[in-house]
Amino acid sequence: MNEEIIIAGFGGQGVLSMGKILAYSGIMQKMEVSWMPSYGPEMRGGTANVTVILSDERISSPIVNQYDTAIILNQQSMDKFEPTIKPGGLLLYDNNGISRHPERTDITVCQIEATKEAAKMGSSRTFNMVVLGAYIKLKPLVKLENVITGLEKSLPERHHHLIPLNVDSIKRGMELVATQN
Amino acid sequence: MKTTDNLNMSTEDLIREENLVYKKTECMTDAVLSFCPGCGHGVIHRLTMEVVEEMGIQSDTIGIASVGCSVLAYDFMNVDMTGAAHGRAPAVATGIKRCWPDKFVFTYQGDGDLAAIGTAETIHACNRGENITIIFVNNGIYGMTGGQMAPTTLEGMKSSTTPYGRDISLMGNPIKITELVSQLPGTYYVTRQAVHTPSAVRKAKKAIRTAFESQKLKKGLSLIEFVSNCNSGWKMTPVEANKWMEEHMFPFYPLGDIKVEGKLIK
Amino acid sequence: MGELRLMKGNEAIAEAAIRAGADAYFGYPITPQSEIMEYLASQETHKRTGMVLLQAESEIAAINMVYGAASTGKKAITSSSSPGISLKMEGLSYMAGSELPCVVVNVVRGGPGLGTIQPSQADYFQATKGGGHGDYHLIVLAPSSVQEMSDFVKLGFELAFKYRNPVMILSDGVIGQMMEKVELFDPIPRVTEFDQSWVATGKTPDRERNIVTSLDLDPHKMEQHNRDIMAKYERMKKEDVRYEEVDCDDIDYLFVAYGSSARICQKAIKLAREEGIRVGLIRPITLFPFPTKEIAHLGDRVKGILSVELNTGQMVEDVRLAINGKVQVEHYGRVGGVIHSPIELLEALKKTFITK
Ligand SMILES: Cc1ncc(C[n+]2csc(CCOP(=O)(O)OP(=O)(O)O)c2C)c(N)n1
Ligand code: SF4
Repeated sequence: MNEEIIIAGFGGQGVLSMGKILAYSGIMQKMEVSWMPSYGPEMRGGTANVTVILSDERISSPIVNQYDTAIILNQQSMDKFEPTIKPGGLLLYDNNGISRHPERTDITVCQIEATKEAAKMGSSRTFNMVVLGAYIKLKPLVKLENVITGLEKSLPERHHHLIPLNVDSIKRGMELVATQN
Repeated sequence: MKTTDNLNMSTEDLIREENLVYKKTECMTDAVLSFCPGCGHGVIHRLTMEVVEEMGIQSDTIGIASVGCSVLAYDFMNVDMTGAAHGRAPAVATGIKRCWPDKFVFTYQGDGDLAAIGTAETIHACNRGENITIIFVNNGIYGMTGGQMAPTTLEGMKSSTTPYGRDISLMGNPIKITELVSQLPGTYYVTRQAVHTPSAVRKAKKAIRTAFESQKLKKGLSLIEFVSNCNSGWKMTPVEANKWMEEHMFPFYPLGDIKVEGKLIK
Repeated sequence: MGELRLMKGNEAIAEAAIRAGADAYFGYPITPQSEIMEYLASQETHKRTGMVLLQAESEIAAINMVYGAASTGKKAITSSSSPGISLKMEGLSYMAGSELPCVVVNVVRGGPGLGTIQPSQADYFQATKGGGHGDYHLIVLAPSSVQEMSDFVKLGFELAFKYRNPVMILSDGVIGQMMEKVELFDPIPRVTEFDQSWVATGKTPDRERNIVTSLDLDPHKMEQHNRDIMAKYERMKKEDVRYEEVDCDDIDYLFVAYGSSARICQKAIKLAREEGIRVGLIRPITLFPFPTKEIAHLGDRVKGILSVELNTGQMVEDVRLAINGKVQVEHYGRVGGVIHSPIELLEALKKTFITK
């Protein structure tokens, strides 16, 4: 198994932390993992992305130009990464703010209303967790319990009271795609 | 101004030349400022350039951008500029001014640039009384690199390299470099300003004007410190940051003139 | 097995410094390596191991603080990125001249000048050919994973003290910023006994006075000093060359690459082998001393060698010296913070040697 994922959106959308939680969950399952962020001033309000690789073998390059999965949270990233998904790959996106929907037919496309759903739950900031939930349902490479441990490990202690909310959001994301498909 | 009429003006009337109340100076480019919303850098850029425009010295002005959030000052200030290495702007300015004594030369520097890595250049340019203007923006933090401690960070203030607050027994005291250089005979005009309210902005602009006028008269070095905010680095909203600045920065870095016409007044 | 953690390369450097029993870190913030000092600050090192942590007013000050600590036999470490490393070069020349050990980390970004904050390998010449003034070398270790960021801090101190010479860990923005699994080594207590043959800790009645300096006004003595230093470098070449070979059993072509480029080459090798192109990689781990013999050896078995670097062609000069004209050696690399992709490397290999 070798899963190469790009997660991309605006800085502040929780792109990097989503990747971190995935990487942690991979470690829990004894996988090899790498997490390579974009960095620099562009993160202030600009675009941010992170490449996460989960693998059974030693990971060669942490930088790749084709992905098994793209998780897209804004239009700019859609334009940039839709063409880079391997045929047969997965494109998961939140429809909020997307004006041009994906056009490729040789990949699996899954659209969810994560922003809207999170707002309904009264926690718009955990919308990234709704997306994460959808991902682990669509590609069950990491187990929910390990994602929860990953969450605990990557959230600073002072935010631990928010864990139940994050977990609910993940579960909501899982339900969303379960009912869609 | 016809107050009530103004409020009811149509868009067409509003944009008429005779109704113009504010216009961006020609000495600023049309580039969108890259600073975080609410940051003082943008206002200080504009004021400096307004003075250049009002004095009609655009074609005789050479600016030196330093390394910090204002590293791209040359994208916004519509004058000839050169970018200096971190901390070296006063030395670069010296090189320019010595070769071009009739030009207006100014540096634009942050607190890390001017009061940490560039302390030697700052003190020696001041001591030699180089006939230049130093615009010094003190936001108490390294904004550009992501909020590390600056030499001006207050005691107890949190930054990414002082996550538990600045402990002066380990990290030393915040430095009042402006008071320090005011002691040197080479400095002619030394003042501390801010740009958080309209009245402060007016005073600040007057200070910049005084500095450039002194340069014209070849009086020596002027240094204007701006106590400013860094809402990103301080992890506050712009409004909170300005309030915090008034409550914490101003008591330690009091506003006002320190040295005028070569004489200490404080 | 040691403790497993998911860490950024920069954090791994910092944690490893604490665990390696470092006595002091002096530094100045610069992207993309500020996390090193930030991590150390978060750990309150003065409480955890008694390690001194100080944010200096500049890189010049930081390296001279390291010089001071090292003069007294302490294990000192500093880190920066390219523009800051240039400022440290004066101090490093003095340290090499005074035969002082230390570890300095360069998380390289693109240059010249202020350049860019994005990853690069443009400081190869500076790191391996001395960098400052005078006839000297740094020992240069090039990690290509977060694991090696941690391991090489420990190894770096060992080599620095073995030879009494500064060691540079030459990393880049990719390895510094990325997170991977790291197995942390067990903490080593800080040293309390110092080698009284050279440290300036205070003259005791039982020994001669120790002077730490790089100065000697007598040319003959200075010549001897230079020769003694050179002898150390010869010894390094015999005892401490490190490298890794990947897929080199059956090769027609060879990549030579270090650090992040070596990682990308490994993926390119997989892609190449899917197309039946037999290519392998030699990854120099010590850039000084350079694995000259080992590269020459592999050179006998291939039709072409591609030196892959994130610069406009620096290490390729050392590869050519090693190969000495036996086979064609070319360079491929992206610069300015742009990173080559695996597919791009495969295309470059084909274009250079196969389809021509
Ligand atoms: C030699 C060198 N060291 C470090 C840096 C990294 N660096 C860039 S800006 C900066 C500090 C800027 O802080 P300040 O001068 O306070 O300006 P601000 O960003 O707050 O406006 C540092 C350390 C550099 N560019 N060059
Ligand atoms: S980081 Fe701070 S100093 Fe820099 S632009 Fe933002 S608010 Fe201004």
